[in-house]
Amino acid sequence: MLKRVLVGLVLICGATTAAPAQEPKMGGVINAVIQPEPPGLMLALVQNGPTQMVSGNIFEGLLRYSPKLEPLPGLAESWTVSEDAKTYTFKLKPGVLWHDGKPFTSADVLFSIEMLKQTHARARGNMVQVEKVEAPDDLTVVFTLKQPFGPFLGIFEVGSMPMIPKHLYEGTDFKTNANNNAPIGTGPFMFKEWQKGSFIHLVRNPNYHVKGMPYIDGIYWQIIPDAAARSVAYETGQVDVLPGGSVENFDVPRLTKLKDTCVTGAGWEFFSPLAWMWLNNRAGPTANKKIRQAIMYAVDRDFAKDVIWNGLGKVATGPSASTIKFYTDDVPKYPFDPAKAKALLKEAGYNGEKVRLMPLPYGETWQRWGEAVKQNLIDVGFNIETIATDVPGSNQKIGDWDYDISFTYLYQYGDPALGVGRNYISSQIVKGQQFNNVEGYSNPEIDKLFAEGAIATPDSKRKELYEKAQKILVEDVPVAWMLELQFPTISRCKIKNLITTAIGVNDGFREAWVDK
Amino acid sequence: MLSFVAQRIVKGVIVLFAIVVLNFFLIRLAPGDPAMVMAGEAGASDQMFVAQLREKFGLDRPLPEQLFRYVKGIASFDLGFSFRQQMPVAKLIMDRLPATLLLTMTAFAISLVFGILFGVLAARFAGTWADTAITILALVFYATPLFWIALMAILLFSVTMDWLPSFGYETIGAGYTGFAHVLDVGAHLIMPAATIGLFFMATYTRMTRASMLEVNRLDFVKTARAKGLRNSIIQRRHVLRNALLPVVTLAGVHSGTLIGGAVLTETVFAWPGIGRLMYEALLQRDYNLLLGVFVVCSAMVLIFNLITDLVYRMVDPRIEFAT
Repeated sequence: MLKRVLVGLVLICGATTAAPAQEPKMGGVINAVIQPEPPGLMLALVQNGPTQMVSGNIFEGLLRYSPKLEPLPGLAESWTVSEDAKTYTFKLKPGVLWHDGKPFTSADVLFSIEMLKQTHARARGNMVQVEKVEAPDDLTVVFTLKQPFGPFLGIFEVGSMPMIPKHLYEGTDFKTNANNNAPIGTGPFMFKEWQKGSFIHLVRNPNYHVKGMPYIDGIYWQIIPDAAARSVAYETGQVDVLPGGSVENFDVPRLTKLKDTCVTGAGWEFFSPLAWMWLNNRAGPTANKKIRQAIMYAVDRDFAKDVIWNGLGKVATGPSASTIKFYTDDVPKYPFDPAKAKALLKEAGYNGEKVRLMPLPYGETWQRWGEAVKQNLIDVGFNIETIATDVPGSNQKIGDWDYDISFTYLYQYGDPALGVGRNYISSQIVKGQQFNNVEGYSNPEIDKLFAEGAIATPDSKRKELYEKAQKILVEDVPVAWMLELQFPTISRCKIKNLITTAIGVNDGFREAWVDK
Repeated sequence: MLSFVAQRIVKGVIVLFAIVVLNFFLIRLAPGDPAMVMAGEAGASDQMFVAQLREKFGLDRPLPEQLFRYVKGIASFDLGFSFRQQMPVAKLIMDRLPATLLLTMTAFAISLVFGILFGVLAARFAGTWADTAITILALVFYATPLFWIALMAILLFSVTMDWLPSFGYETIGAGYTGFAHVLDVGAHLIMPAATIGLFFMATYTRMTRASMLEVNRLDFVKTARAKGLRNSIIQRRHVLRNALLPVVTLAGVHSGTLIGGAVLTETVFAWPGIGRLMYEALLQRDYNLLLGVFVVCSAMVLIFNLITDLVYRMVDPRIEFAT
């Protein structure tokens, strides 16, 4: 059997960011902001953003990903794919230890997969494609798929499939296991202390499996609930790192002008957050395709990018962000054209029926965006009523399909099969869900294209299928795509190599060092 | 007196039960539940995941059963388990209580001491420039929103002057011990305590001033003056003691509500207290935690009301304990 051998060591040199010009220095502590306070640090049980950010230092996945979304060695040092693209064999790195000194082996991988199937919704969805997982020896794991699954190598980052210590969790009640509050992983940093409401302290793992790493002695994740206070904490030198989304967007230009401050938009390539407005395809004015198209023409997305998001991000062209695989901009275009929007409304016979607009209750930037869109829509003749709610209220309304237009942003996870298709295929129309196809769009052709795209080989075939799907979707406007969001990470320039992979700070600070 | 206290405790327990039942249903009227919030945060909302969470939290049970279980827990001093923080509610509250007590009691002491002092001064010099200045300042502090005072204080004392830390309870990672630690916590405490204290100080100043002026006009004060008593003695022994009764009442009410009432200040200054815990629990629909904080705050209000009644008796011995 001819095998495609992907040797990780080659990739790690070529695909991470350029080698630092200076030699990393040992020592120092990084003070970073974490917001909101994570509900827990056990990645197998909790998968929210803050948990991933902190626990990405404690736990690890089999693979990591370069900014170009190429797989890099993680706990697996190499991997091979069979000719029929159904068997993936991972060779684990020898000599890896859990923080309590026990060796990491293939048994831990098998256990983690079984545990994640029970506790991790996204991992469970990804593992549907897997027929069996075997461990022929301590350092080998073989995944056999039911059928080829194009994005399979993209599901192994630490947040999607963290490795969990079998010796601490097997046979226990996962939810109440004492280790949930003092997690044990294989990562570059070990859990030290969590003062609820104040900080989480991680310290250097002296037995980390990458020689010489990590360089810093520890990390203090500081919990500051107010966005303005987070900005001030950076301004006054009390914290060194503001991960993307930590401060209100309108504070970003001011903070980036501060002395010795560096800013980067890198580290979001895997997630590629895409903002759009869900348009209820089932009932009300937005059930009419012409009215949905009118919304696309009516909304000034360049204004939103330049003014509300301070020039950060990129106007979206369709359902895929330009950073993920198989993106195409060869789709129908919707420039800001109020006249065309008015014409479409007239053509659609819109009679001034009330349209409920629900901004995302995620802070000031989103509220302002809601107001701007409301004004755009009123200008072309819509009768808009803004619905104000908090996060749980918004989730409930979306899950109950009780809205006409509702803002959101979702991650794309690097591949249309993982993060795009779910938002448009009919099987994902489920009442009570707050994500996926909550707009209620149903098109058998789209269902077929995404189903075939996930399992097609080679990639050129997948590209063809996904490009066709993008064209159809953009013509139908099931949702109103707004911006490819950019959440800049702001940090002191003395901190080097903070972000080296496609998941940014979620991948841990193992390569970060402080130039004292 | 013992019988009075016993009866008040019994009534307090009944009130507490009513508060629990009312809040139990009230917070469930708000849209969304913890399972939806957590599924949202996880970026995954398949039906199985949400159902698993609801089962884990007992939210799949009928409401009366959920209430029964909760009340049964409360009866044995078990405040339940926080859905989101995955810890016993009592532990979460007890962890945060010292910080809140330090903050609110400091603010309370500042406001009471300075509020009464300024109120007495304003009454003593009523109609003069000193009275006008105190009254205007009290009005400004009374009318200004706390969060604005907090943000301006941060801007002035942290960003511009770099005198005080802008957030937190202590300097994280500094490892201070002993007196150095006390000084460090003190430095962190000044701004949040002053922010809360200014509002209440303004309230007590206004109330003390008005009350002093009113008592000063009463006949027994005239009698005291006629007897030839020195004005300072009249003011201290007769006027102030009587004028303090409404202030004590108000302070009693405030002292209970302060426990959970420092939400804004704790949020802006990242003070790890109960107010913030409650605010976050509300946003996350963490029912048990929210109810737990309500129970503790309500109990505090009841206890402080009882203490207020007892202090009343000490301030004015003419007041009888009515059972």
